[in-house]
Amino acid sequence: MILILQALINGLMTGALIAVPAIGFSAIFAVLRYPNFAIAAYATIGAFAAWWANTTLGLAVVPALAIAFAVTGVVGVVAEETSLKRLRDKGALIVAIASIALNLVLENVIRFAFGNDMKGYDLPIARDLRFGELRIGPQQLQSLALAVIIMAAMFLFLRYTRFGKAMRAVADNPDLARLKGIDPARIAIVTVFLGAGLSGVGGVLIGLDTSIDPLTGYRVLLSVFAAAVLGGLGSIPGAVVGALALGIAEEMALIVTPATYRTAVGFVAILLMLTFRPCGILGERAA
Amino acid sequence: MLSYVIFTLTLCGIYALLALSLNLIWGGVGLVNLGLAGFFAVGAYASAIATGAGAPVLIGWSAALVVGAVVGLVVTFATLRLRDDYLAIVTLGFAEVIRLIALNERWLTRGSDGISGIKAPLKAELGLQGFSYVYLAIVTLTVLGVWALLRRLDLSPYGRAMKAIREDQQLAAFAGKAVLRFKLQAFALSAAIAALSGALYAHFQSYVSPDHFQPLITIYIFLAVTAGGVGRPSGAVFGAYLVVIFLEATRFATEWLPGLQPVQVAALREIMIGVALILVLHLRPQGIWPERIPKAPAPSTSPTA
Repeated sequence: MILILQALINGLMTGALIAVPAIGFSAIFAVLRYPNFAIAAYATIGAFAAWWANTTLGLAVVPALAIAFAVTGVVGVVAEETSLKRLRDKGALIVAIASIALNLVLENVIRFAFGNDMKGYDLPIARDLRFGELRIGPQQLQSLALAVIIMAAMFLFLRYTRFGKAMRAVADNPDLARLKGIDPARIAIVTVFLGAGLSGVGGVLIGLDTSIDPLTGYRVLLSVFAAAVLGGLGSIPGAVVGALALGIAEEMALIVTPATYRTAVGFVAILLMLTFRPCGILGERAA
Repeated sequence: MLSYVIFTLTLCGIYALLALSLNLIWGGVGLVNLGLAGFFAVGAYASAIATGAGAPVLIGWSAALVVGAVVGLVVTFATLRLRDDYLAIVTLGFAEVIRLIALNERWLTRGSDGISGIKAPLKAELGLQGFSYVYLAIVTLTVLGVWALLRRLDLSPYGRAMKAIREDQQLAAFAGKAVLRFKLQAFALSAAIAALSGALYAHFQSYVSPDHFQPLITIYIFLAVTAGGVGRPSGAVFGAYLVVIFLEATRFATEWLPGLQPVQVAALREIMIGVALILVLHLRPQGIWPERIPKAPAPSTSPTA
């Protein structure tokens, strides 16, 4: 029982971290209608930007996160404008393939600059908090709190700001949005900035707990996809629900399978979901 | 030097088979397989394990074909009904899972140690030099055979139906084509070809390990097919040769750069691959040898299809 409860807690924690880049992925998918594989590189770039701010400038976690968000947002917009934008009218698959190539380029720019070695953040070491027999790391708790704050900020942005409403309008019906005077090019830029920025922040949150290297983002890519598919491709609340469900599923699976198969859980979850409920938990469109 | 050329040409042939596999479903029914490296691995391991258990090499290659097709069907059965982006995501995950299985199921794959001493057909009789010539011939003939088959398929009514599905699947369904069946058959055949390529690779290297099947291979093949021309088997083969030569050329080019760490050299080469793919997509998306769409035959001479 205590094992299951601990798995549930751990699952919610990892799920909340995956949710942040999954929101970024889903936002880009909802507005621009293509699966962006480069979010893996954005997550890695964010992790390295925050690591640099943390170890070189000596910044604490929150300002380092802000730097990671800004850096990846800008990188994302520049990358989108230079290498993906002109391919959008050739269909989602072509843009997706270009985003894979883009991912390869960005990942290797990081590798070129920082090498393949693992790097750790410079953080105060703290003892696990104990509640009866349950254990929670204070670092994980902080990351969880940050993830929740970021998600709340994103929802408030989408719900109440002009840009947020315009983004939802374009996601819902691009033609109608244009008729209403919304400039799709501007919305695309804002969306990519947010999506890439959130991926970058997600990369930091995931790296805080362990260490980072050029493949940090690629390793969570499948989980991000799984979260987005589970929740319903293109749905932002769905991405959060999907990420939490995936996190719990992964931790529960660890009770019965070796830890090395962790990423396989996401794959099995995708297959099952697509077989029985292809539109996902909260999604509408699939076929 | 000669043995280097022979080695490179053999590798070209193996990549050409992968390119033909991708071209069949991408240029055919308009789907993408981001798990090519996974099917490549499945074929390599299937043949390595089968021949390791005592089966002759030809049986090993046939096993790779069958296992590849079956795995392809199992993985995509649920996904092919859905929008194309789902298949991209599922196949990417598939390749990763195959790598995990290869790493962890030691009883089957010997984990990260890999399987060594894979049978090299006729190596004892021919010697090292003779074997490399004969193997190059085997690979090249296989490429020619598969190329001829797929070209024939392209020109047949079956191929036309596939391309109709690629262009507009609703219209194709309306015209009475069984869209899902075509997609499943095309995917199974494509997976089988990728697996055959893997089997040829395994017996060529006589060693396979999970490290041989990085997702990077899939990107090489996408570059090959886009550069050569999507939808044309000759283009795919040509593109594969170009990519391998490009890869080898970058190996020499980076030697000229002084003062770089090996990891930086490797990173630079991968950057060049990525940039090349993005450039091709922007500047010449139809490839070097674009697909030729034959004119519809005049009604009076039209054969019954």
